[in-house]
Order: sequence, then C-alpha cells, then structure tokens
Amino acid sequence: MTAAAISARQQTLAVEGAGCASCVSKIEQALAAVPGVERAEMNFADRTVAVSGSAGSEQLIAAIERAGYNARAMADVPDEQALDDKTAADQTYYRRLLVKMAVALGVGVPLMAWGLLGGAMTVTTGGERLAWLAVGLATLGVMAFSGRHFYVGAWRTLANHTANMDTLIALGTGTAWLYSMVVVCLPGYLPEVARHVYFEATAMIIGLVNLGLALELRARGKTSEAIRRLIGLQARTARVLRDGKELDIAIEQVLRGDLVRVRPGEKIPVDGQVSEGRSAVDESMLTGEPMPVEKAAGDEVVAGTLNKSGSIVFRATRVGRDTALARIIAMVRRAQNSKPPIGRLADVIAAYFVPTVMIIAVLSALAWLNFGPQPALAFAIVSATTVLIIACPCALGLATPMSVMVGVGKAAEAGVLIRNGEALQTASKLTAMILDKTGTVTEGAPRVTDVIATGELGEDEIMQLAAGLEAGSEHPLAVAILESAAQRGVSPDRVSGFNALAGRGVEAQLAGRRLLLGNDKLMAERGIDCSARADVARELAAKARTPMYFAVDGTLAAIIAVADPIKADSAAAIRRLRDNGLRVVMLTGDNQATARAVAGQVGITEFYAEVLPEDKAAKVAELQAQGELVGMTGDGINDAPALALANVGFAIGTGTDVAIESADITLMRGSLHGLADAIAVSRATLANIRQNLFGAFIYNIAGIPVAAGVLYPFFGVLLSPVIAGGAMAFSSLTVVSNANRLRLFRPQEQ
Amino acid sequence: MWLVNLCGLALIALIVWWFWLYRPPEAASLEELPEIVVDNGTYQPARLRVAADTPVTLRFLRRDESPCAETVIFPGLDLSAALPLGKPVTLQLPPLQPGEYEFHCQMQMYRGVLQAG
Repeated sequence: MTAAAISARQQTLAVEGAGCASCVSKIEQALAAVPGVERAEMNFADRTVAVSGSAGSEQLIAAIERAGYNARAMADVPDEQALDDKTAADQTYYRRLLVKMAVALGVGVPLMAWGLLGGAMTVTTGGERLAWLAVGLATLGVMAFSGRHFYVGAWRTLANHTANMDTLIALGTGTAWLYSMVVVCLPGYLPEVARHVYFEATAMIIGLVNLGLALELRARGKTSEAIRRLIGLQARTARVLRDGKELDIAIEQVLRGDLVRVRPGEKIPVDGQVSEGRSAVDESMLTGEPMPVEKAAGDEVVAGTLNKSGSIVFRATRVGRDTALARIIAMVRRAQNSKPPIGRLADVIAAYFVPTVMIIAVLSALAWLNFGPQPALAFAIVSATTVLIIACPCALGLATPMSVMVGVGKAAEAGVLIRNGEALQTASKLTAMILDKTGTVTEGAPRVTDVIATGELGEDEIMQLAAGLEAGSEHPLAVAILESAAQRGVSPDRVSGFNALAGRGVEAQLAGRRLLLGNDKLMAERGIDCSARADVARELAAKARTPMYFAVDGTLAAIIAVADPIKADSAAAIRRLRDNGLRVVMLTGDNQATARAVAGQVGITEFYAEVLPEDKAAKVAELQAQGELVGMTGDGINDAPALALANVGFAIGTGTDVAIESADITLMRGSLHGLADAIAVSRATLANIRQNLFGAFIYNIAGIPVAAGVLYPFFGVLLSPVIAGGAMAFSSLTVVSNANRLRLFRPQEQ
Repeated sequence: MWLVNLCGLALIALIVWWFWLYRPPEAASLEELPEIVVDNGTYQPARLRVAADTPVTLRFLRRDESPCAETVIFPGLDLSAALPLGKPVTLQLPPLQPGEYEFHCQMQMYRGVLQAG
C-alpha cells in the first residue's frame, strides 16, 4: 500500500472511478473547496490523493463523492485483512499443489512400481511401442496439468536471460520425456540397449517437486508467525467521543486529537495520553515486561496493549502508521527482509548457480557418451537429467532469509527490535559490551532510600518540611523527595524566601524556622557541624547512595539519602552477558564511590567513573582499538554518539516510548535481560543460518557429482532421477524446517 | 563422436553467452510500462528505466502464486514490500542517483533492474 497516514496534518484517500487524467484536477478542486483543506494532490498512477489540512476524512470523502467518484480513507495501519487474504491465497495454492501432485504421482507411482517389479521399461515390440506411446501421452498430460508452471516459468525466465529452479526442472523432466518419446517413435535410430523409457521419472519428479512446494508453503507460513501476532494486536475499531457522543468507528478513521474511551479487557486502539481514569495496562506483548503498568492522567498508552482493570479516556496522539505498534511492525518487516553479510556468498553463488548446473549436465552427458559403458546414450541422458534435477538453488537461496525471518520475529516477541540483518550478525559476534549506568543498569529515577533523623524531629515531620522546601525546585533529587513525602502521605507546607544555591542545595523559611537542605559543602559554609555523622554518610556513599544534609534553625536534623536504584534484574542479566563470554564495562558520569558501589552490586569489575557524555564515544573507540567488537547500551538520546560509533548500538527503552529508529537494536523493556536476549537470539539465528548454508552447500556439492555419476566407476552406482527429484524437493523443505526450529528458541533468564 | 562433442561444447558456449555475456537492449521506460507484473518466475518488465534524482513510484502486480513472489526487495535502497496476490502495490522510491538498482525476491530467483538516468 502507498505510504498513507491519517493525522490532522495529512491523510491519504484511495479514489475509485478516476479513469482519465482530467479527473485529477476535478478531484483536486473538489477537495480544495472543503474548509480546512490546505493542499490536495492526486497521484494518478496509484489513484490516491494526499490531503493536507484539518478537514476530517468524512468531509473529504463526501466532496469526492459529490464530484462523481468513490473514495475511502486509507490508513496504513497493519492490515489483518491483508494477512487473512494471504492465508486464503496460500491455502488455495496449497490445495492446487496437492492436486497437481496427486495427478502426477497417480501416473508416476504405477509406472515406477511396474519398473521395480520387473516390468519391461524398454521398447522392443510393436505392442510395447503402442503401450508406451499411450503412457507418453499420459505423461504429457501430467506435464501440461501438473508441471505447466515449471515449463511456463522456465520459458519466461529463459527469455529474460535468467534461470531458476523452474528451468532446471523443466529441462530435466523435458529431457527425460523427449528422449523417451524418441525411443517410442523412432526406435530404429537408437541402439537396442538404449531403448529405455523414462516417463516414470518425468511424472514422479513433477509430483515430488509439487509435494515439496506444498510442504514448503506450509512451513513458510510458520516463519511469519511473529509478524502475524504483532498485527493481531491491532484493534479494529475504536470508541471515540465526538460532539458529546460515543461512536464506534474503524481504526482508520481515528484522528489525532480524538478522545478515545477504552474499557477493561479492551485493547488500546491508538497511541495517546490518558486524560481521565485509572487502570493497569498489560504491555507485555510489546515490551516483554510481564507486570502490568499503572496508568493515570498524563501517562502514555500505546496501541496494541491491553487495558486490564479500569476504564480510561485518552487523547489520541499518534494514529495510523505513526503508532509505536505500526512502526514496530514496519521495522520488523524491513529487518526480516534484510540480509546479514553471511548470506552474501550464497547470493553470489545463487546468481551463477543454474547456468553452472546446466553446463555440468552437458559435461556429464559428454563424459558418459565418450567414456561410458553401453548404453552410453541412455546413461548420458540419465546423468544429465539427474544433475539438473538434484541441484537445488532454493535451498541455498532460502538458507539465510528464512532464518532471519524467524530470528528477527522471535526477537520482536521478546521485545527486542533488530534494525537489520547486519546488526543481527554483528550482535552475535560482539566481544565487549559497554553499559551506561544511569537508566541502563539503574532505574534512572532517583528515590529516597534513607531518612536518618539526628535530632528531635520524626521522619514524617522531616519529610514534610523537606518536601515543602523542595516544592519550588526542579532538581531530580527534589522530585525524589516530593515523591517520598507523597508516599508517606504527608503534604508539603508552603515556604517563603526560597533560594536555590547552585551545586550545593536549597534554603527557605517556614513559620519562622530556617530550613536548609544540601551537601556537606553547604553545611560547612553555614557552620553546621556534621562531623558526628560522617561515618553514616560514608556508609551511605559505599552503598551508592547520595547523602543530603537537612538542617533546621542551624542544627542538623536529618540525613536524607537518595539513590538511583539498581534494576532488580540487572545483576542476573549482567551475569548472563558475562557467561556468554562478553567483557562487560560500565560507564558513568557519577563519582568513583557511587560507580564502584553500583559495579560491585551487579558484578561488574571494569568501570569508568566521571566520564562526560562526550567522552563515552571515545571509550567505545578505545575498546575497539584493543581489538574488541563493541556493543554500547544506552538510552538512545544522551548516548547517541557512542551508540553510533559502537559496532552495535543498543537503545534501552522503558516501556514503549523509545526512539525505535535510533539504534541498531532497540530493547523495548527496561530490563537488561532484553540485552542478554538480544545477544542470545542473534547467536542462535546466526548458528541456524550457518547450519542451513552448510547443509545447502554440502547437499549441492555432494549431490551434483553423485548425480553426474562419479561413483559409477568405483561402485557401479548411478543415482535415479526420481530419487534426485525427491532429494531436491525435500532439501529446501529441510532448510525452512530448520529455520522454523528457531521458533522454539527460549532465552534463558536466570 | 567429435560432432556430438562439438555440439556439446557449442551448447555450453550458448549457455555462457545467454546467461552471462548477453547485454540486454535498452530498458523499458516507466512511462511505457508503468506496472511491473510478477508472474511465472519473472518480473515483467525486468529492466526498467526511471528518471534519476526524482522520487519514483513503482506499481507491482503479483499474479504468481508461488510464495517466492510475495516479497520484492531493493537491497541497495534498504526497501522491501509485501506483494499480495492479485492486488496492485505501489512502492515509493526516494530520488535515485544515476546507476543501476537491482530488485529481487527473497531468494534472488526473480530478478529485475532499475536503470536510473
């Protein structure tokens, strides 16, 4: 479908009934007359019109209809219908292949049985000639009915100066049939020993190849399971509030800015921001995060996730192809069709493969004719046919894309979005992983961890005063204090004379009391003695907590410690990375003591503290200079230069609100297990590709010489074309089935 | 026998010329053939001339039931599209530098070339 977006700014309509170029201006003028339309441009080639402005799609459709045409809004939302159509088309094709197979084998199997049971496959008498002529014509019927697509395809590709599997099958089966017909019609031109017919080979090969194609079609259907599941997440309708009424409309009709109501148990239809209500939303299908996420006014909700507990109303912010789900699907699709460098050799070989096999078939026939025993002609025909039939370009061609398709889909299921095949391959080979501390190893949101009262005030009173003091501040630590106070159920008092002292702390007055909150430097400046509590402060720093001193009327009242908590599963995930042989390095702008404490808690031995954001890229380069293949994991925004320089950049997201286009690999959930999953799935996929390529190469490298008859001088063995047909049909099926094994891959969280 | 061998060698020469040495004549232009039909293992036309440095709209129509035909990939442009059976699909390409751009199916058995110039 054309790139089409429905938004308040631009939408695309499909127009029906526009048969001439003059319709273009008529339609454009009709649209331009609609209030709110800024610009309307029609693409006559694909019969679509792009409209900018604030007019609704219903108004635009009505205007086009008044002009005498039909129109419908197009939203490039992932189309479940298209998938259903594809499944139905595949089913029809599958059944047709089975019928073709049945007809071909219906002729081929009795003929083969006749030959195996000792029946004559030669033409010596007049009666045999007539009988074989009838069989030859029946085989021609099989070729026309069951093998037509091979012959037409072969002819068309030949005319295009290209060749594919159809060419090989058509040449192989055609040669066998033609030779047999020469034996039947003109036996006098051939020596008696060479008057052997191969009609059974033609019919059996066509039957087996059709069977192989049918089974391969089935297996291929499973490779797109992940994308099918993602598309299935998309809701089909949305309940919008317009003009005070609730309307159930198709998802394509939802406009940016619409208010959308979602009840418990329903899917969120488009991306938006909650304006009313409270609920828990299950985002596991997109992020892999098993716990439902609490949503209240102001929070973002994402299309495709499931509203669990309460009814919410949200304002649509991204619709159509702009939703996170649509972008994820587009990215997964694009990645599934991209190839890792490992597949390039197979591509080069595939381009030369078929003509090379044809040349080998000719050489093999010549060798038999020149050096083979009698009947040399029959041997030559058999060997050439077998070479043509056994060679399987499909196995080579399928080896990489099938595995990439399943691997990338599998990763997406685990909340790991891989940009392309190259990122997939490089991720599998990484030797070092750099982790940014804040937001990667830790939550990235400081929280109050300790309130240690040092005077007469109680903890709640301290927090009430501190929250009042910090209410005017925008510092991240202030947010932590306010949140902590709110959790304790204390509300901040209104302070006066608020003063922020850059780099040191804050001060204010409350009901005649002087409040001061800040670091040791501020306390020293104001002559407040904190030395008695220095050991407490040291202890806190060793636990990666930042102590702040709170003084009331010139006396130390409390030490409030704030820390950016380490994610609960960081240590386990980092262990997985190390177990996979990766050198794990942590970078942070924090001080040495905090960095050491965090590193120690998660089992990282190599860390660099007080690294400025601009120096992170230099650290990546340093590791690369040491010969490491470096992965860099960061939040995708502050670490952009380092992510870009790394061999693979991993953007770690919290929830789904991540820039999914910004990194080589995007981790949809905040957990570092996503990173370990990404490494595991990329390694599993590359291993699968290697198995496939190895199998396909070995099959062809071993199969073609055996078919040509290299074993005959030593063991007297010459492969039957029928066996070659079976082997060929099942070689590509094997490749697809092996790729499908990746579907069973489960990352091991510890 | 020498005649048979000679015929065989001539056949090999023909294969080499037909598939590898043959240079196709001028490609069809996008205006003449605005739709690329995917059928019987081929793209028709398989060589297409398009204007360089301007966005290009290609229209594909898949008539081939084989699953091999269901995806078209432009590897040099990092673009791909799913081609549903019997439904035209329009693909927008960015402005192309003058040169040749291959497109093919996932397995590279269906092959075509865009000539931007």
